[in-house]
Amino acid sequence: MTSATQPVIRIENLTKTYASGVTALHGVSLDILKGEIIALLGPNGAGKTTLISIICGVATASSGRVTVKGHDTVTDYRAARALIGLVPQEISLEPFEPVINTVRFSRGLFGRPRDDARLEEVLRALSLWDKRHARVMELSGGMKRRVLIAKALAHDPEILFLDEPTAGVDVELRKEMWELVRELKAQGTTIILTTHYIEEAEAMADRIGVINRGRLLVVEEKTTLMRRLGKKRMVIELQEPLAELPGALAPYRLELSEDGRRLTYHYDTTATRTGITRLLADLAGAGLRVRDIETAQSSLEEIFVDLLREEEARP
Amino acid sequence: MNWIAILAIYRFEMARTFRTIFQSILSPVISTSLYFVVFGAAIGSRIAEVEGISYGSFIVPGLIMLTVMTQAISVASFGIYFPKFIGTIYEILSAPVNFIEIVIGYVGAAATKALMIGVIILATATFFVEVRIEHPVWMVAFLVLTCISFALMGFIIGIWARNFEQLQLVPLLVVTPLVFLGGSFYSITMLPEFWQKVTLFNPVVYLISGFRWSFFGMADVAVGASFAAIALFTGLCLAVIWWIFRTGWRIRN
Repeated sequence: MTSATQPVIRIENLTKTYASGVTALHGVSLDILKGEIIALLGPNGAGKTTLISIICGVATASSGRVTVKGHDTVTDYRAARALIGLVPQEISLEPFEPVINTVRFSRGLFGRPRDDARLEEVLRALSLWDKRHARVMELSGGMKRRVLIAKALAHDPEILFLDEPTAGVDVELRKEMWELVRELKAQGTTIILTTHYIEEAEAMADRIGVINRGRLLVVEEKTTLMRRLGKKRMVIELQEPLAELPGALAPYRLELSEDGRRLTYHYDTTATRTGITRLLADLAGAGLRVRDIETAQSSLEEIFVDLLREEEARP
Repeated sequence: MNWIAILAIYRFEMARTFRTIFQSILSPVISTSLYFVVFGAAIGSRIAEVEGISYGSFIVPGLIMLTVMTQAISVASFGIYFPKFIGTIYEILSAPVNFIEIVIGYVGAAATKALMIGVIILATATFFVEVRIEHPVWMVAFLVLTCISFALMGFIIGIWARNFEQLQLVPLLVVTPLVFLGGSFYSITMLPEFWQKVTLFNPVVYLISGFRWSFFGMADVAVGASFAAIALFTGLCLAVIWWIFRTGWRIRN
């Protein structure tokens, strides 16, 4: 195995069942590679936060094992945790504390000796240096989020976890955040982020893992996955209701609505041919008159359902 | 041992104390002065002496213990409850530190603050009454151990509490009554015989008695028993905390 493909984090068969009986993770296994940006994509409640909480030591697993550069996160937690920085989803900060104190505290907490020059670098990179003496409560929401990142980076971790880094963040700041993540990657940091936005995963990640109801459905290179996620549907409303589909339209695998007035066509925007032109020509050829056409991106939910169906269909 | 981490927690917690330094110093000074005015001057003038010591002087050790115990509990319980409440506990849990280091940091800071207040009260008391300390080394030992053990108890309460009401509940319903009924302001020999026996079940009696002995050389219970009681209490708190971190009870879930 070359160093480029060596897993920096290895997750083996991780399960988590809460005391309430709810199972948040069903045997998740995943290798995270050194220097990559991996996005864990899934709806709210999919188990993303539970997964990273266990890796980072904030929660305990019911079974399974996680190693960080070979260090078990339970038996050798000191070595494992020292390599990791965590940016939580919620803005959790001591409101009365000046920025510099809270960042200095984070560095010390991770056992690193005080190094004000290094903290200045971190704060400058996050445009927080001018605010270093401000109390956290005086900062804007975006700045608070950057303080969380500064705290996570204060001990120079090799691996950074970002839990929903752009949830509730405006467009401008979201772009800034993406830029920052790319810079960190350029410096060699391995980054794991969770998100429920497809665009975010697309903008940042090298690989994407899709997670739903505690199961990791698929982990693929972004380009491969986006091809699968790039599906759209076109709803064609007809002038006259149709009793059944003409045989000539069979290859398009259209869905006919119950009232016979709507046809739904699924196609792939990233494919070289979407088949739309031919479909419209064939509709006219079959003597069907179109009243209206509407296209929509497949929702994340639909994609999950698709993925689930595919998983189950696998031998 | 991750000493850098311990120091980071300790400094961070002490910074909280120093940010509110006036409140931290002024409130014990004022409340102590009030106790001396009420108990020392008003009531004390009717109680001539307790076992050969003027009543004003007699209440000094109890007064210090009363404040030190309640302060150690409230500072330590708040210190660990607040990160839980606002969510910053995630950072402590994800850091390469073990429970001993976390406890030393938080409990150390709370015990330090309680100790500071104890010393301030002692200094304030000297303005009102004559204070003599017969066994200074034992006095310091009792004071420091009380600060530490009650801060440990506060730490447990802070982890146990799910809301601010629960945070106040144990100090209010258990600790304050035990401390007031533990002989802070009286010698248990002043009680009827039956209550003298009952009061021996109050652990605080042993602490206050031992502490008072270090001042005046007189005690309600044997000094050895006092020391054993406080050692036992400290050990018990440590065992509970060890269990909390081993199981992750009310922190890691």
